[in-house]
Amino acid sequence: MKAVLLIDFGSTYTKLTAVDLDSETILGTAQSFTTIQTDINDGLENGLALLREKIGDVSFAETYACSSAAGGLRMVTSGLVPELTGEAAKMASLGAGAKVVGIYAFQLTEDDLDDIRAAKPDIFLLVGGTDGGNTECILHNARMLATMNPEFPIVVAGNRSAARECERILQGHEVYVCPNVMPKFGVLQVEPTQKKIREIFLNRIIQAKGLSKAAALLSDIMMPTPAAVLAAMDLLAQGKGDEPGIGELVAVDVGGATTDVYSIADGMPEHMNTVFKGIPEPFAKRTVEGDIGMRYSIRGILEAAGVHRISQLSGLEEGRVEELVDYLATHTDVVPKEDPELEALDFALASMAIEEAVTRHAGAIEETYTMMGLTYVQTGKNLTKVKQIVVTGGSLIHTKRTAAIAKHALYSPASPASLRPKNADVWVDRTYILAAMGLLSAHYPETALRIMKKELEYHGNSEQENS
Amino acid sequence: MENREKKVLVIGVIGADVHAVGNKILYHAFTEAGFEVVNLGVMVSQEEYIAAAIESNADAIVVSSLYGQGELDCRGLREKCDEAGLKGIPLLVGGNIVIGKQTFEDVEKRFKAMGFDRAFAPGTAPETTIEALRELLHMDGEQA
Repeated sequence: MKAVLLIDFGSTYTKLTAVDLDSETILGTAQSFTTIQTDINDGLENGLALLREKIGDVSFAETYACSSAAGGLRMVTSGLVPELTGEAAKMASLGAGAKVVGIYAFQLTEDDLDDIRAAKPDIFLLVGGTDGGNTECILHNARMLATMNPEFPIVVAGNRSAARECERILQGHEVYVCPNVMPKFGVLQVEPTQKKIREIFLNRIIQAKGLSKAAALLSDIMMPTPAAVLAAMDLLAQGKGDEPGIGELVAVDVGGATTDVYSIADGMPEHMNTVFKGIPEPFAKRTVEGDIGMRYSIRGILEAAGVHRISQLSGLEEGRVEELVDYLATHTDVVPKEDPELEALDFALASMAIEEAVTRHAGAIEETYTMMGLTYVQTGKNLTKVKQIVVTGGSLIHTKRTAAIAKHALYSPASPASLRPKNADVWVDRTYILAAMGLLSAHYPETALRIMKKELEYHGNSEQENS
Repeated sequence: MENREKKVLVIGVIGADVHAVGNKILYHAFTEAGFEVVNLGVMVSQEEYIAAAIESNADAIVVSSLYGQGELDCRGLREKCDEAGLKGIPLLVGGNIVIGKQTFEDVEKRFKAMGFDRAFAPGTAPETTIEALRELLHMDGEQA
């Protein structure tokens, strides 16, 4: 046996997964409260004790960890045009596993600086202009940032003509220059910036967040949890070496405060008569809906779906829905257990969370009549041909109706413009291993892939579910 | 900074117009003539020209319209450029920009009143437009 320990330091729980590399199995999982205020190792020790109760006194050959503790990786971005370099900066940050706490476009103002200070970012991403294009905006923004106390590292990834000057302007700050996130109009180049963000996270943020004591135990890499999940999904979709993946997929993680959506898919237009608008999106794309969550952001679901639909889906009176939502918003640790009312409500909320989050993540198509006949205009990714959906999150893994909830990720005739998957196999991450497998994939991709294929529970095809 | 030696053009076919062939010809002709070309393709909105021109710090915007609705589609583009900080950027338009019986002189006059620097009649060769660009961008004698 060669055992590996994978740790996910979450904001609330520290989750441990023990894997045997030889048999390619999960030995066991355990979780304990994250103890970021005192010593993060206390929580880890508690978790390890629990884990050892289950699997015995195993010694681990290697240990890897990811973290979203202490607010995760908080980033603020500034670009030039919101739909172009502004969007590219946002996509780069989300794909690196960040929580984007501020997005700016055009020139930063003094008021913006106050907001940025208050947002306390871990990293600032400064972009703007294609290569050889506009330099005025990024230079202005560099000068504005230079007036602030050096509190956070700044990654400069804009017009290469302005890169060195930005660096000079920001002397005294921790500055890293990366290739432009949008070197040419409509071309996205986010990987070098994402790599740099992860490096900074590793070297600097972990210390600042009191994770360094734990870092001493680790064999290697530490990454933001969402980056680990994205890596796992990329591997699951595309496969590695001789081990095939399951093909293009959409994954949804419905949490208490946010809902994360991942798509590993090309998503470009299917037909010749479809015109694509906007910047092309990354093959592995992540979005986060900060207003969609089962407890802390429960009102966001209600606002997006409307109390009427929640009432319809849950079978509860509208008044009762409002009452229970008020209760859950302040009692964030309540789980339905055997309470049929809460169970019905959580079913409706999770369904609507998935529907809203995937709709925002997916592209849209619009019909336009032109002199040449009917034409379609597509923005964002076309996910209609995606055949696999992976779901995770407490509300989905602790219910028997997972497939029925997951169905809401799919295309609906009621909103034909939304390019969501038409029909798909549903996979459930019931043992909560996605982040762990993302960590494992850095060194043992084939093993991580085979374990995922074994551990993810197949919940039928949505079409059978429909009929 | 290899690119900025070249003048940058933003080109595309405006409105609900899907004529793609002329757009590709122009892209190649302008590139061949030494311009850096940002090609937005077909069905381009006014906002898209402007956004692309801002990011790329474009020297001129060349609008094509082949389906006869050019006048409606182009209205307000100059004002929006002014608003977006692209003051004085040369705007050129060509194709089959209007339909109906009218002399091109009248059409040209109306497009100039709308803030376009040049309007080209149907059948204009790319060389004519390139010549006009050289003049507007003060590129006397030099390669684009």
